Amino acid sequence: MAVLAISTNSQFVHKIWQEVELSKMVEGGFPWPMLADMNGHIGEMYGVYEDDAGVNIRGRFIIDPDGVVQAMEVLTPSVGRNVSETIRQIKAFQHVRTTGEVTPSGWQPGKPTLKPGPDLVGKVWEHWSIDQD
Amino acid sequence: MPEKGVSCVEPIKQPGQESASQPQKSEQKEEPRMATARVGQKAPDFRANAYIGGGFKQVSLSDYSGQWVMVCFYPGDFTFV
Repeated sequence: MAVLAISTNSQFVHKIWQEVELSKMVEGGFPWPMLADMNGHIGEMYGVYEDDAGVNIRGRFIIDPDGVVQAMEVLTPSVGRNVSETIRQIKAFQHVRTTGEVTPSGWQPGKPTLKPGPDLVGKVWEHWSIDQD
Repeated sequence: MPEKGVSCVEPIKQPGQESASQPQKSEQKEEPRMATARVGQKAPDFRANAYIGGGFKQVSLSDYSGQWVMVCFYPGDFTFV
């Protein structure tokens, strides 16, 4: 899969940030494209551009191979994301796409999934309990 | 030598805006653009200048059609969180 990082900084600032800081935090630096959204047009299309501050706030969107947005999470700038939750969600959406099963609350790879259908109506309790979350 | 298309001031038109004429200078504020991305709908395509692999190139979301993509907005380089 691919990651596209976007801020209102120019591509020139991205280059320097990569060289001066990111490459020191992570071996080889940030391995994906860093996009320049200087006028906030892309952020506006995704509902995350804060015009008064001139920045895109912390939004992330999981997009499937058909180009459909499957999930989004938007935070104000002071709180960072939880990467392991994002990875969990991507794995869950990939599992759903491949198998057609659905993933209940708190699902992790290897935990039980549910096969949606008329037979399951009123019987979810037989297959999944809240302790499994 | 600079690659083709790399310059300091390089207008980027978003997909769907190519035929729009230059906005006129006016005293009025522009109408705010509506957010169009929604969970469960097709993600709006976009294009931007990007820094990748040590160089600059234009990147579009549609370049990644057929793959899972995570689009991550963040407030700014050299900030803290």
